[in-house]
Amino acid sequence: MPPLRVPTRPPKPFQPQPWRDRRLELILGNLLRAGVLISAAVVFAGACIYLARHAHEPANYRVFRGEPSDYRTIPGVIHSVMNGRGRGLIQLGLLLLIATPIARVSFSVVGFALERDRLYVIFTLIVLAILLFSLLGSSMGV
Amino acid sequence: MTVLGFTAVVAIVSFAAGLLGSLTGLGGGVVLVPLLTILFHVDIRYAIGASLVSVIATSSGAAAAYVKEGFSNIRIGMFLEIATTFGALLGAFLATRIPTSALAVIFGGVLLYSAYLSRKPRPLDQRNLPPDPLATKLRLNGSFPDLGGKRDYNVQHVPTGFSLMFGAGALSGLLGIGSGAVKVLAMDQAMRIPFKVSTTTSNFMIGVTAAASAGVYLSRGYVDPGLAMPVMLGVLGGSLVGTRILVKAETKSLRLVFSLVILVLGLQMLYKGLWGKI
Repeated sequence: MPPLRVPTRPPKPFQPQPWRDRRLELILGNLLRAGVLISAAVVFAGACIYLARHAHEPANYRVFRGEPSDYRTIPGVIHSVMNGRGRGLIQLGLLLLIATPIARVSFSVVGFALERDRLYVIFTLIVLAILLFSLLGSSMGV
Repeated sequence: MTVLGFTAVVAIVSFAAGLLGSLTGLGGGVVLVPLLTILFHVDIRYAIGASLVSVIATSSGAAAAYVKEGFSNIRIGMFLEIATTFGALLGAFLATRIPTSALAVIFGGVLLYSAYLSRKPRPLDQRNLPPDPLATKLRLNGSFPDLGGKRDYNVQHVPTGFSLMFGAGALSGLLGIGSGAVKVLAMDQAMRIPFKVSTTTSNFMIGVTAAASAGVYLSRGYVDPGLAMPVMLGVLGGSLVGTRILVKAETKSLRLVFSLVILVLGLQMLYKGLWGKI
C-alpha cells in the first residue's frame, strides 16, 4: 500500500454512486468500443495488403528474431505506413488498440475532476503516468 | 505452411478460443499462448505478444455491454489499476529476462490453477458485511441493481486485495494473459466484492493492465504483425459472437469441456518447460 493522502476535508458520509458516475461509465464504454472497432478496421486493412503481397511465402515463427525497428517503434511504424506496407498498417492498428485504454483513463481524469474528487484524480493520474511511461518511454525508439 | 494458410488456421483457432472463452466466462487468452506454442510451434515470446494484444481487444470490446448492466464500480477499478499496472510493468520487464522454459513452467502452473478454480463452486456473496474504515475512506463501497431493488456492499481487506492485484498484474505482464484466476482470488475472496461487480469491474481493468505491458512488448519486438493480426481479429470476433449467443443453460457442459482443455494444456506446458522443449 502506498501512503495515501487523505483529503483535508472531513470525509463525506458514504453515498451510493451518483448518477454522474454511471453516465461517465457509459461514455467510457462506448469510447472503448469505438476504439476497438477502429483499430480492428485498420488491422484488417493492413492484413489485406500484407496477404495480397506475401500469401505464398513460408510462415515461420519457430525462431525468435525480434521485430525490425520499423515494427517496434512509433516513428518506425509511421514510416512503414507511409511506405504503404501492410505490416506497418497492422502495427498502427495495434498501437491504436493500445491507445484505447489510455484514452479511457485520460477521460476518467476529466470525469473525476468534474466530480471534484481530488483523491481519484490523483489515483487516475498515477495510472495514466504508468501507461504513458510504458508506451512512450519504450517505443519512441530513443 | 504458407503465410495464407497459417493466417487462416490461426484466425480460426483464435476465433474458437475467443468464442469458448466468452461463453464460459473463463477468458480466451489463457489458452491462446499454449495453443500457439504447442500446435503451431510458435516461439513463446511471439505467442505472448500476440495474446496480450488480443486481451486488450476483448476487454475493451466487451466494456460497453458490461457498463450498461450497471454492475461495474469505476472507483474500485481505478484504485486497483494502480496495483495492476505497476505489476504489469514489472512483469513485462521480467519476461524479457527470464528463460523461455521458466515462462512455460509458470504458465503451466497458472493454467492448472485456472482449471481447478473453474471447477470449484464460487464463494457465496456475503451480505451485510460491516464497512471497513480504509474502504470507506477510499470510497470503494457501492451498490448494484439486484432482485427487488438496489443492494449495497462493503469492500473488505483492502491491503490484501491490493497486493494480490499487484501479483495479478505481474502475471498478466509476464504471460500476456488477463489473469482472471488471480483477480477472482483478490476481488472475490479477499475483498468480498459481489460476484457480478467483481467480474465486470475486472473486465474493465484487464485492458488497462494489458496496455501497461503492451508498450514494453512492442518495443522489444515481441509483437509480430503477421501473427498478432489473425490472433487479435479472431479472438475479438469470437468473443463478440460469444456475448451475443450467450445461452446460460448450455454453458455448464461447455465449461467442463473448456476446463479440461485448460488442464491438458497446463500439463503440456509444464512438461515442455521442465524438459526444456520450449
